[in-house]
Amino acid sequence: MKLLAFDTSSAAITAAVLIAGEIRADVTRIGATSHGELLAPTIAQALNDAGLAPGDLDGIAVGVGPGPFTGLRVGLVTARVMAESLGIPAYGVCSLDAIALQVVDEALCDQAFAVVTDARRREVYAATYDAAGLRLTGPDVLPARELSAATRQGPVFGIGGALYADEFTDVRAPEFVSAAWLGRVVVEHPDRVTDTTPLYLRRPDAVENASRKRVTPA
Amino acid sequence: MSDEPLVLGIETSCDETGIGLVRGHTLIADALASSVDEHARFGGVVPEVASRAHLDAMIPTIQRAIATAGITLNDVDAIAVTAGPGLAGALLVGVAAAKALALSLGKPIYGVNHLAAHVAVDQLQHGPLPEPTMALLVSGGHSSLLLVPDVTGDVRPLGATIDDAAGEAFDKVARVLGLPFPGGPHIDRVAKDGQIVIEFPRGLTTQRDMVEHRFDFSFSGLKTAVARWVEAREAAGEPVPVADVAASFQEAVTDVLVRKAILACKENGVDTLVIGGGVAANSRLRSMAESRCEAVGIAVRVPRPGLCTDNGAMVAALGAEMVARGRAPGQLDFPADSSMPITTVSA
Repeated sequence: MKLLAFDTSSAAITAAVLIAGEIRADVTRIGATSHGELLAPTIAQALNDAGLAPGDLDGIAVGVGPGPFTGLRVGLVTARVMAESLGIPAYGVCSLDAIALQVVDEALCDQAFAVVTDARRREVYAATYDAAGLRLTGPDVLPARELSAATRQGPVFGIGGALYADEFTDVRAPEFVSAAWLGRVVVEHPDRVTDTTPLYLRRPDAVENASRKRVTPA
Repeated sequence: MSDEPLVLGIETSCDETGIGLVRGHTLIADALASSVDEHARFGGVVPEVASRAHLDAMIPTIQRAIATAGITLNDVDAIAVTAGPGLAGALLVGVAAAKALALSLGKPIYGVNHLAAHVAVDQLQHGPLPEPTMALLVSGGHSSLLLVPDVTGDVRPLGATIDDAAGEAFDKVARVLGLPFPGGPHIDRVAKDGQIVIEFPRGLTTQRDMVEHRFDFSFSGLKTAVARWVEAREAAGEPVPVADVAASFQEAVTDVLVRKAILACKENGVDTLVIGGGVAANSRLRSMAESRCEAVGIAVRVPRPGLCTDNGAMVAALGAEMVARGRAPGQLDFPADSSMPITTVSA
C-alpha cells in the first residue's frame, strides 16, 4: 500500500509517505498559525521526495486530533477532499495515539505513560497508555494540574509536558506528532483507525442571546 | 462554448458552503449548504459553528455539484476559491479544500477576492460586464461602492461602511422588532404591509459628510434611532407599528445606498450599476434602484437572489474570467486573508 499521512493537530505540520510500511518521505515544518499555508506544499514535497504522484496513492492517513480547531480542520478537509478526488480511502488516527506508538516502538519508555499536548487556554489534551501503547484513558481536555497524581508523576510525552513543566516530574521527547508514526498506526494497528471525524472535545464558544439590548435606560 | 475551461469554485467565507461549476459565462452547477439555522439562536453567525459546518458539508456539497453537472472531478480544468475577506477559520476550510483539489488533480488554483466574485457573478445572468462597471455590494458583512474597470485585476474602492454593514443593520433592527435572524427577508416581508411614515436618519448625507465621506455609508446611527423610536413607544405603553417601522427603516437604508450609487456612476461617467450581496435580494432596494436609475439613464443589473447571496458559482465565475484573461494562477502556499483588501483580486 502506498500511504500518504499527515497531521495538523499541533504546531508541527507534518507529512509522510509510506510504501508497504516503509517510510519513504518524512517532512515536518513548524508553524502554529500557518497550517493553511504550509500543509499543501509539505504534502507536495513529501510526495516528490517519495517519487510518487497523487494518483499513485492507495490511501490517506490523517490525524483527527485532538488539537486547536482551525489548524486541525485544515488537515481533515485536505484528507477528505484528496481521498474524494483520488477515489481512495481516508483513515483517521487519534494524533496522541501516533505519539504513543512512537514511544513504544522506539522503546522510549518501559512503563505506563501519558501523552499531553497543548490545548491552549491554559489546558492540555491528554491520554494515558499502558506500557504496550494501548490507550487506557482519554483523550480529554483539562488543566494539567487536574490530571491524576500517577499521570503527573509518570513519564509524559508531548509539548504539554514542557509547557506545564511545574505539574510534571518526568517530561520527555518527542514534543510533536510525526506523520510517519501516524502512518504506521494505520499499517500496524488497523484496529485503532477511525473515520475522519475531528476530536474537538470542546463545544464552540457561543452565548445565546436571551433578550435584545436596550439603547435607552429602562 | 464547450471548449472553454470548466472552473470549480469554492466559497466558505461566512455561513454558506458553496460549490459552483462554471464554463465561460455559463453556470453548470451551483450546490449550497448553509449553517444559518444553527446560528439563529445566537442572533448572528458564530465563527466556530460556521467552520465546523463547512468541514461537514464540503464533500457532500462537492458531490452534489458534480452530480448535477454530470461530470467527474477529473473534468475540472481549474479551481477557484474565496481567499478573503471573511471569517478566518471559515475561509481556511475552503482554501485547504481547494488546494487539496488542485494538488490531487494537478490543476491550477486561483485564490480570489469575495467582493470581486460578487461582481463577476452577474456575468452568468446578464453577460459580459461593461468596462468600467459600478458595483454596489451590500451584505451582512460588507457595504461597498466599487469602480470596476476590470473585475479580474482592477477594482477600485470608492467608499464603504464606516460602522455596521447594511445587512447587519437589518439583523439588528429585526431583533428590535422581534423578527427572526437573519433579519433581511423578514423586514422585507413585513414592510410590504407598512407605510413609510417615520423619517429615520440618512447616514453620512449631510453637506459636510458629502465632502469627507462622499461614498461611505453608516448604518449604526440609523439602527440606534430605530431602537430609540421603538423603545419610546413601548415606554409610553403604545403598540409598536412593526410594519411601518420596517418599511421606514428599509426606505432609509435603500435611499442612501441608491442615492450614493447613482452619484458615483454620474461622477465617474459609468452607465451600468451592478448590485450584489445578500441585501441585493431586498425587493425595495431592487425596485428603487431600477426606477431611480432608469430616470437618469443608468442600466441596473441585479443577479437573481440565489446568485446575490454567497454561493460557489460566483467564485467559479470570477475564476473562469481569470482563466479567460490569462491571469496567472496562485501557488499552493497562499494564505486565507480575513481582511483581504478589494484592491487585491487574487492571492
